[in-house]
Amino acid sequence: MRHQAWYPGASLDVLRKAALLRKLIRQYMDTEGVLEVVTPALSAAAATDPNIHSFQVGNTYLHTSPEFPMKRLLAAYGVDIYQIASVFRDGEAGRNHNAEFSLLEWYRVGMDHHALMNDVSTLLKQLVTEFGKPWQHPVQIRYTDAVSAVCEKPFGDIHVDDIERVFSQHDRSYPSAIGNDVDAALDLLVDEFVVSGFADSGITFLIDYPASQAALARITQDASGLAIAERFEVFWGKLELANGFHELTDANEQRLRFEHDLEIRQQRETVLVPVDENLLDAMSAGLPDCAGVALGLDRVLLALSDATHIDEVIAFTGSRA
Amino acid sequence: MLDGDPHTIVENEFVKPGKGQAFTRTKVRNLKTGRTVERTFKSGESVEGADVMDTEMQYLYSDGEMWHFMDPKSFEQLAADKTAIGDSHLYLKEEDMCEVTLFNGQPLAVAPPNFVEMAIKQTDPGLKGDTATGGTKPAYLDTGAVVKVPLFVEEGEVIKIDTRNGEYVSRVKS
Repeated sequence: MRHQAWYPGASLDVLRKAALLRKLIRQYMDTEGVLEVVTPALSAAAATDPNIHSFQVGNTYLHTSPEFPMKRLLAAYGVDIYQIASVFRDGEAGRNHNAEFSLLEWYRVGMDHHALMNDVSTLLKQLVTEFGKPWQHPVQIRYTDAVSAVCEKPFGDIHVDDIERVFSQHDRSYPSAIGNDVDAALDLLVDEFVVSGFADSGITFLIDYPASQAALARITQDASGLAIAERFEVFWGKLELANGFHELTDANEQRLRFEHDLEIRQQRETVLVPVDENLLDAMSAGLPDCAGVALGLDRVLLALSDATHIDEVIAFTGSRA
Repeated sequence: MLDGDPHTIVENEFVKPGKGQAFTRTKVRNLKTGRTVERTFKSGESVEGADVMDTEMQYLYSDGEMWHFMDPKSFEQLAADKTAIGDSHLYLKEEDMCEVTLFNGQPLAVAPPNFVEMAIKQTDPGLKGDTATGGTKPAYLDTGAVVKVPLFVEEGEVIKIDTRNGEYVSRVKS
């Protein structure tokens, strides 16, 4: 029975854990005064990020995250909000990926990314403790410092061939198809040499991403004058759990970033998508100073239930849905 | 095809940070050399497909240089060279059905049946009453194979061998 296609991949025990997880999240948000909202999964616009691929349904797109309509709510009402949403990303399937997955996304008005990291940490501590696991205080690692250490060069001086050399020195395969795409090279380098070093049983906050990977985060300068993003990611061991920003509020800057994304899509011959003009109008009207984070709940379940494959924490994955 | 040789994918891992680009980390086995290596691809890369297929063929005979096989359905005959035969010549018996891996229609590798029964050409006699286990002696087969057998097994006896590890399984009652 268990191996037949109709049978769920997630056991009853895991489904109970998932329900408990959602209940604990709601309790936390309630205590913190964060309002639960529901925003549409369908939109006439889509995320422009060249590395995220939206499913198209007729003339609309399924959301890859509830970010855009949630920011419109923030611009209108200025209160803390959260949402547990099913989101959809084409072309993502593997031991830790499923095209449809569950995201907890929340925004705290008046917080920057550092304050939000504390918020994430507090929530995770509650979850970990309720699930009977030991809690260790999270470790913070700077992206730029970590990459600089691996390449043995100041971050600002690193080029694609420096990264290729690191792979060759460690006898690791490096796809020449990366070409001159330094961000692609960094993605692989970070996975292979930085994240691989994270303690299996701990939580790591990876902070100070380079400005080229800012997405919708504010950009600032670090102590050495290097442009960095006010962005962080959360890892449970080597598993990526969440991504957070001190949100960009400048509508003009946001438009420029969206247009830059579209240029990259054009270069890569990736399909172009409509820019979310409603989001940009909301930002022009005024997005409050806030920080937001998206936490993958299936990933959290993977961590809390000791499952080793996403098939075990989602009722029906991939082609068995 | 990778670096001019046909490969098979043994393992693959999808790698993609949430806001980053996608890669596939694979373990691939070179079908010519048998070596397994790791290879990382960027999503969207194209790789040339290899014309490789496994097919059952009957072993006919060997002339010392080539080993001749026949497709039982089409009666087509193909010859495998020393490289393709590898060690399997030690366990080939005429008329046995073998799994032949073809690359571009030519034999790349040959796998004999999992078990074969062969007569012992030469082995030292066991001492009388030596039915106690523990000791083994070498037994030489017609093909050149040497199999470790229990001391009570005699020259001329037919034994069953596991071709995957070259080990003695049992005597075969004639």
